[in-house]
Amino acid sequence: MAELIQLIVSGTATGSIYALAALGFTLLWQASGTINFAQGEFVMLPAFVMLFFIGTAGVPLWLAFLLTCLVAMLLLGYTFKRVIVDPLIRHGVIPLVIATLGLSIGVKQLVKAGITAQAQPFESPFPDGLLALGTIRVSCADVGTLLLAGLIVIGLQMFLNRTVTGRAMQAVAQNTDAAKVLGINVRRMVLYTFLINAVLATVAALLVTPAYLAKFDMGESIGLKAFYAAIIGGFNQTRGALLGGVLVGVLENLTGAYVSPAYKEGVALLLFLVVIILRPEGLLGKSEERKV
Amino acid sequence: MNKLQTLALVIALVLVAALPPFLSRYGVNLMTQLCVYLMAVLGLNLIVGYAGQMSIGQAAFYGIGAYVAGLLMTKMGISFWAVLPLAALTCFVTGLALGFPALRVQHHYLAFATLGFNVLVFLVMRNEEWLTGGTFGVANIPRPTLFGLSLDSDRAYFYLAYVSVMLLALVLWWLLRSPWGRAFAALRDNPIRAESTGVNITAYTLLAFAIGAACAGIGGVYLAALVNFIEPGQFHLSVSLMMLLAVIVGGSGRFFGPVLGSVIVILLPEWLRFMQNWYLAFFGFAVVVMMIFLPGGLLSLGDRFKIRGQAK
Repeated sequence: MAELIQLIVSGTATGSIYALAALGFTLLWQASGTINFAQGEFVMLPAFVMLFFIGTAGVPLWLAFLLTCLVAMLLLGYTFKRVIVDPLIRHGVIPLVIATLGLSIGVKQLVKAGITAQAQPFESPFPDGLLALGTIRVSCADVGTLLLAGLIVIGLQMFLNRTVTGRAMQAVAQNTDAAKVLGINVRRMVLYTFLINAVLATVAALLVTPAYLAKFDMGESIGLKAFYAAIIGGFNQTRGALLGGVLVGVLENLTGAYVSPAYKEGVALLLFLVVIILRPEGLLGKSEERKV
Repeated sequence: MNKLQTLALVIALVLVAALPPFLSRYGVNLMTQLCVYLMAVLGLNLIVGYAGQMSIGQAAFYGIGAYVAGLLMTKMGISFWAVLPLAALTCFVTGLALGFPALRVQHHYLAFATLGFNVLVFLVMRNEEWLTGGTFGVANIPRPTLFGLSLDSDRAYFYLAYVSVMLLALVLWWLLRSPWGRAFAALRDNPIRAESTGVNITAYTLLAFAIGAACAGIGGVYLAALVNFIEPGQFHLSVSLMMLLAVIVGGSGRFFGPVLGSVIVILLPEWLRFMQNWYLAFFGFAVVVMMIFLPGGLLSLGDRFKIRGQAK
């Protein structure tokens, strides 16, 4: 029993990282119809930027994180939107998907050829050690991950629901034209979404890299889980991404422990196939009408 | 195609056929690889370019074909020619089974489903050692014989692959020219209108996907006999991505787009050896730039000049 609870806790911690990446993915889709196939690389790149700040500039981790947030907002938020998304979004979903696929390969190979092909160690933001609660032991890293991810998600929800800007962003996501008529600056709201996605990816990088190590292909797995989490939960619901992320994380952990560690990577796909057969709009999603 | 284009095509085909005696063994091998790869990519063009669907799992079908061939030929001694339809059928049926749930919801879902399918197939190839040999792969896959003629030599096998890929291309060409194939164009250009004129979208798309998958299966069989040794790494997700990009870069929905794309993906890295690891980085960003300025692929360049010429 204790083992099961431990597995669920650590699975939820991993899942909350998937959820962060999935959340950004869902926000981009809602606000601008962008499917970002480079989402995994958006997590990988900040990890290397943080390493650069720590290693070359010698700043502490927390400062490196904050600086990386700025770099990510500029590069993965603003520049990504202006240079790649804006010119392509008019042509529909597919060209943008292909462009982000190309971007994913380009960024990955650039890091491999230009920086290193080896996995780099990354310092954990949380202390080592275990917390004991009766017979149940959970690692500080898992608890810290859950707390930080939870804090970010709650903060984001408050921002989206309680502030004027946040509500305007939701309006844009629900109905762009109506939002425009109401005098909302649609372009700016969409830009905010891209900036938030960049920050979410940086937080995910901070949390996942100590365990995964910084490597040029670390984004492949995270990106995949993020897509599946988003679809499983419901592509058009912010809460769906959270549910999907945690569900994938926990089921992976349980599969790894009780079925076969070799097939851990396949769990998200099976769950995805079951969901699209039984409930194509996702567990929490609303079905979308097709536009003629 | 007008007469001039047909003539140019025939001359190009004859020239390629006359090339091997002047090439090194490695060069001939590379050209055979190109033919084999092209079988899978032609199938993918049917899915992406004509049925308008995204598939990021073509290498999985390529792999299924190769493993069916490798295992049946080495363990049970079944001949190449019997394995060929078997592998195609296996991929066709698998394609139907995978495409059915995914195509209930359009577009990006098939992309994700095929992507995940590729990951899963890779895991099975790597982990189920009793069947697939795991990371050790399947070795000593024999080359076929034709009418008692051994095709062991690289040059002979090249001609087999060359003729085969032309036959496959011919079948696909005929398929696209048939009323059945015309429905595809309608489907891609305006699915809702196509449906209202009585085209069953889901059935057509599903069939296109399964036929595309079968082409990859056929390619896989030829690959297994070409390299004699297969292992999971040859069918990794990244191979699927390169196949998809080969279709797009060449010009999806154009019959000769995949040919140009495959040349870029298979032959260009050989000429650009000096770039080493930077080649793929360059390629990735080149795709981004191409999507922004030339979303129709390299073959659409000609059309663009034509339109500009007419405007003057």
